[in-house]
Amino acid sequence: MLCDSCGKNPATVHLTEIIEDKMNELHLCEECARNKSAAMEQQFGLADLLGGLAEFEKPAEDKEVSAIKCPNCGLSYKDFKKIGRLGCGECYAAFKKYLGPLLKRIHGLCLHHGKSPSKIANIPEKTTSEMDDLRIRLQKAIEAEEFEEAAKIRDEIRQLQQKDSQNNKEGQDAA
Amino acid sequence: MQLNDMLKHTSEWLKGTGPSSDIVISSRVRLARNLDKIPFPHWANKKQSKQILETITGAATSINYLKNTTIFKLADLDNIDKQFLVERHLMSYEHAQKTDSKAVIVDDDEIISIMVNEEDHLRIQVIQSGFNLFESWNIINKIDDCLANEIPLAYSSEWGYLTACPTNTGTGMRGSVMLHLPALVMTNQINNVLAAISKLSFTTRGLYGEGTQATGNLFQISNQVSLGHTEEELIENINSLIRQIIEQENQARQALLANNNAVLEDKVKRSFGILKSAHIITSQETTELLSLVRLGIDLGMIKDIDRRSVNELFIITQPAHLQKLENKKLTAQERDVKRAELIRNKLNQ
Repeated sequence: MLCDSCGKNPATVHLTEIIEDKMNELHLCEECARNKSAAMEQQFGLADLLGGLAEFEKPAEDKEVSAIKCPNCGLSYKDFKKIGRLGCGECYAAFKKYLGPLLKRIHGLCLHHGKSPSKIANIPEKTTSEMDDLRIRLQKAIEAEEFEEAAKIRDEIRQLQQKDSQNNKEGQDAA
Repeated sequence: MQLNDMLKHTSEWLKGTGPSSDIVISSRVRLARNLDKIPFPHWANKKQSKQILETITGAATSINYLKNTTIFKLADLDNIDKQFLVERHLMSYEHAQKTDSKAVIVDDDEIISIMVNEEDHLRIQVIQSGFNLFESWNIINKIDDCLANEIPLAYSSEWGYLTACPTNTGTGMRGSVMLHLPALVMTNQINNVLAAISKLSFTTRGLYGEGTQATGNLFQISNQVSLGHTEEELIENINSLIRQIIEQENQARQALLANNNAVLEDKVKRSFGILKSAHIITSQETTELLSLVRLGIDLGMIKDIDRRSVNELFIITQPAHLQKLENKKLTAQERDVKRAELIRNKLNQ
């Protein structure tokens, strides 16, 4: 018997596929079977799982969230959910709000403790805002179980939030 | 180095040396890295992909650690050559699929390999024989430092190295150890061990990585988590798990020897006998029998061949290796005949 797919090599693998109640028998050679199984794996691969995890967050906001695009590479959050891969390093900043919880679900922790590149080029001196800095420090303090320090940082964050909302209000009043 | 030259060599990781090499075949560390601001391989256009390949191969050739390496552009290789590199664990099966602007950089000892434009721009790998993760980490860490001096990498202080898939974010590091666990399989304890491993957020795979089944009682165990810990912590976690599995495999081996010595020796020697005399043999049967022979060597039941020869046979009996050795395309049936011949020649020397 020859392979159903390429028609060249002898069929050594025999597959039964059920799609929507219809049974389909396939006789494949080793090579085609390998390709087929790779394709089947991809049909429900990591992308689906990750997409599912990402979706788990807040289904209600879906439309708005899906439309967010990375300004550097143009990949949308919807694309990410579909393919399970980000488009470039800048996507992490573009989807920050949604990736944080996702990373935490995958890794259990969400703050890098490993090495850093010896030379970080093209990154401006200050990469994070004051608020981001505080949030990072808070996370680190919690992970290190330094709760006194964490409480201090939490208060600083509150102060900064109050200051921000006052500034916004003044700005609105002035306008 | 030419691809054909590799046929005459044994990869370092197959030499059967290094700590705990009776149970641990090899230790491997890989790092995922990307160029700053450049789209990841799946999202880059043709021009960008080409540029990535040029930037990385250019940088790699200027690094001292990578002096004795060869760059293989995948577009220049035929299917057998690509599969040959996969069988030698120098690149992934996925990397061999669409080959535009892809390359793999391999050092002469086949300890270091760098895939360019796989899922990430760079997938650096160091693989050595025996239980040796820290040593592999030390080597790869230096290569990574040198590369980072040459090319700006996608990195954030909060999330570490930024990778195409969020499962690799952070250290971008995966440490994996390939173990030979025949006694845990024979004593039906392996499923408990594997279940415990997955609960501790480690992954188990077969001989050829992602999506492959364990054959020949060979299991690859690696960390799943890459963010939130230092590289050393991640490696120490794997090491302590592997030490326990080695201990359990040793206990299972002792139990088999104590309870069923004759049965075990019979199995081992019959396997050896089949391999020495078969004229047609499939890849799967080969792997299963070699596993038992390897166990026989570890337990002192077989003395006329060494571990290294068995390790080598696991790889050179694979389809692409057989075809490279014969220097022509072979059908599955032809391969089964050639495989048996190759094994007979090796074992009856």
